[in-house]
Amino acid sequence: MKLIKNIGLIIFITGLVIFSSTTFMGEFHPTKNNIHQSLSVQQYENIGVQLENIFIGKTYTSPTVISSEFTKIYNSVNENLKAEQQWDKVMWDNPQIVVYKLIKSSATGLFIHHQWLMFLLTFGLGIIGSLMYIIPDVILLGTLGIKNNQIFQSSATNRGWIGWISFVYLVVFYIVLYFFPAILSNQILIVSPISIALSGNPSSQWFLYGLIYCTVMTVMAVRMFIKYRHSKYQILRTGTVLFFQIAFAFLIPEVLVRFNLPYMDFKNAWPLDYDFFFDWNINGLISSGNIGIFMFVWGIVLTLIIVPVFTYFYGKRWYCSWVCGCGGLAETLGDPYRQLSDKSIKAWKIERYLINSILIFAILMTAATLYTYISGNSNLMGISTFDIQKSYGFLIGAIFSGVIGTGFYPLMGNRVWCRFGCPLAAYMGLIQRFKSRFRITTNGGQCISCGNCSTYCEMGIDVRWYAQRGQNIVRSSCVGCGVCSSVCPRGVLNLENRNESGRFGKPLEINDNGLNISNT
Amino acid sequence: MKHIVIVGNGISGVTAARFIRKHTDFKITIVSAETEYFFSRTALMYVYMGHMKFEHTKPYEDSFWKKNNINLIKQYVNQVDFKQKRLHFESGDVLDYDDLILATGSKPNKFGWLGQDLIGVQGLYSFQDLESMENNTKNINHAVIVGGGLIGVEMAEMLTSRNITVTFLVRENSFWNIVLPRQESELINRHIREHNIDLKLSTELKEIIDDGNGRVKSIITNSGEEISCEFVGLTVGVQPNIDFLKNSDLKINKGILVNEFLETNLPNVYAIGDCAEHRTPPMGRRAIEQVWYSGRIMGETVAHTICNKQTPYHPGIWFNSAKFFDIEYQTYGIVNANLGDHEEELYWEYKDGKKCIHFIFDKLNHKLIGVNTFGIRLRHEVFDKWLREEKTIDYVLLNLKQANFDPEFFNNHDEEIINEFNIKFPEVNIHAEKKKDTFTSLFSL
Repeated sequence: MKLIKNIGLIIFITGLVIFSSTTFMGEFHPTKNNIHQSLSVQQYENIGVQLENIFIGKTYTSPTVISSEFTKIYNSVNENLKAEQQWDKVMWDNPQIVVYKLIKSSATGLFIHHQWLMFLLTFGLGIIGSLMYIIPDVILLGTLGIKNNQIFQSSATNRGWIGWISFVYLVVFYIVLYFFPAILSNQILIVSPISIALSGNPSSQWFLYGLIYCTVMTVMAVRMFIKYRHSKYQILRTGTVLFFQIAFAFLIPEVLVRFNLPYMDFKNAWPLDYDFFFDWNINGLISSGNIGIFMFVWGIVLTLIIVPVFTYFYGKRWYCSWVCGCGGLAETLGDPYRQLSDKSIKAWKIERYLINSILIFAILMTAATLYTYISGNSNLMGISTFDIQKSYGFLIGAIFSGVIGTGFYPLMGNRVWCRFGCPLAAYMGLIQRFKSRFRITTNGGQCISCGNCSTYCEMGIDVRWYAQRGQNIVRSSCVGCGVCSSVCPRGVLNLENRNESGRFGKPLEINDNGLNISNT
Repeated sequence: MKHIVIVGNGISGVTAARFIRKHTDFKITIVSAETEYFFSRTALMYVYMGHMKFEHTKPYEDSFWKKNNINLIKQYVNQVDFKQKRLHFESGDVLDYDDLILATGSKPNKFGWLGQDLIGVQGLYSFQDLESMENNTKNINHAVIVGGGLIGVEMAEMLTSRNITVTFLVRENSFWNIVLPRQESELINRHIREHNIDLKLSTELKEIIDDGNGRVKSIITNSGEEISCEFVGLTVGVQPNIDFLKNSDLKINKGILVNEFLETNLPNVYAIGDCAEHRTPPMGRRAIEQVWYSGRIMGETVAHTICNKQTPYHPGIWFNSAKFFDIEYQTYGIVNANLGDHEEELYWEYKDGKKCIHFIFDKLNHKLIGVNTFGIRLRHEVFDKWLREEKTIDYVLLNLKQANFDPEFFNNHDEEIINEFNIKFPEVNIHAEKKKDTFTSLFSL
């Protein structure tokens, strides 16, 4: 069994190495036609000739070279145009996106003729290897129950060297994905047949990301099913969050596109879905007829009615650990890192300031957006709405939720984004804290202060602080993953939706009849 | 201002300090030689198994003590001068007190076996024991554990987590059957063996053999069998840690003798927790109760008395919990190993043999006396109330749903338990309440 695991690990790493190194492979023959078709009329006028002089007739063996030469020309021409103040000629597109089209169309080698082979060597090996690593645990973990042995003695899960390598890999991946997608051209080409099959369109970097996301979640969900096979709560939760990711975040939007309908993730609620009220989205929806209008209304109803009502009845867990994609990744890929979250009072303080500030930022940005949309005035109090949107998208949408949110899993735990950054979590957190039936009930005086609950709380809640006082846990950040209850060795904690009265519970104290267990 | 000195920073001493601080601004000092800060003793096993780091076992952040103006001193108390009200530390320093709370805990029993002080032979109680267990079990293959109690089974789980095979010697003919009824004890026997532990029942340690270098080489059982091993865990119970108090004016027996107010024979000196021995224990309780929960209640009780609200020790309805490998155990009320004359029982076991529930109730009036549960979580609040209100078994079974504390979606066995009762007592024949409709239960109204 150990052998199977080790072979699996080697296969997985091989797949990962091939996947990453495809960046430096391939054969590209840019032609005049390629260049022409990849550029807009304006871009072609600006740089077409220069590009033709450099690229045509040459063979490139990696997209990175094309990308860097292209970017050089693009930027230098652009700078000249700006210096000469020829604003009508200046190109505003991200050169990374433009050059990606060129690279894709000029590809000839491996990634065009052997896409399925390459898919097998990357995704295939990754999936097979990781499953070989994971599935033997059915036997190796032994009897049913919590098996957290050696978590703090392993360098992968205790910020050791494996943890640091994972951290660097994830951060680099997200930076490349968001800011230098041309580097991923080959990887995008590999998954193109799947994209065409689903939506009819060739793949983009976001399709690649979506496919990786679903694959990783599925594989790591298998790990969750095995690890928590004694807990129906964990199994149902993992299965549900996986379903919502694959169906709602991935398949349905792609299929919508196939039928010429707007791309829409029906479960993604504003303000997490921060560009829902951006003019291009509203216009896109409204111009798509009845179904578009329905989508627009659905988005508003989701945020204003469904989210608060469900949060009242079940706490924010219904979204954060049963539906949400970010939560889904955190609960599958991120589960091995949950114990790394900071439980200090200081971290709690930072969390409250940060997450609520981002909620306010999201609200202000959306207010400015709607003001501009309705009034047509592109500035609100002297600040350009476009700039606000752009900085939100860059700082929160890309850096925080992506690079930090997932990249920092191996160092700061699996809920960095959800805990410190997500504006939707902040919104639901306020409801959960002040008007909800959800709480984690502490079972009388049974707590022995062992600290398993706090250690394994991914949101950094010091669960034990409440449990040892005999008080219930009512915290805005709790995503209701249920792991505190699972790891408790004495059956002290239980996630419950009950009457609001007495949901905080009274601290445990003695009275004339001995220990007063009564919680209300 | 009065200076309260507490010797021992375990759950009892720390609870006393917390509640004294809550009610007064007395000067409070906690003395401990074990660790600088309070940690949860019950969690030491998880540090060894890698579930936690030691820092995770500390229930309060280090800044907590300063914030609450509780002084912590890491010193070993050599001697107490009760006349001068002064502690003498090993370092030569002294500390004066106005009120002294002794909360010095326990130490592992050693019964004078040959070889009991060899390297690789130890008990498990303190932080230092954890450290030495870490050293003693490096790169070893086989261990013997002596003594079938809660620490023994914890130690077996710890060693198993490091792939060290274990022979487990238990004096009784079934695990912990001086506390557990036969059925539960057998359930745990099976579960221990399921983890590939060589559980040897009715077996005692005779001696421990030296390898010639002062390390353990093997042990010999009372049947003469020699078992080679590189580690011996002695988990045959604990005794009050009070050697430094012997030959003083303080009255001690096995533990420090206290009255119902936790006062010793000397004025301004109290004893709580594992080290205290009650002259007249509360009804149904033992004179020395080495239990986390009892220590906590004693800590709070003595705090009231010191804060001028003299309060007798009333622990209330007995409860306890433990975990045997994967199986959680809770108990409420009194469940003795053997059924009393006036007692009747209802025992139900799930078909997988890993869950059970055992009710003890009065033969005549059916009033609930106690319950043991394995693999099913019960609500403390509800059983505490039912036991105080002396509810009957019939009532308890009919309302069992209220007392269930298992996580959502877990299989519920209430009906099977009621069926078991109806089969055993057909003349009573109870019917459970109807299930809520889907809508109501979906919104848990």
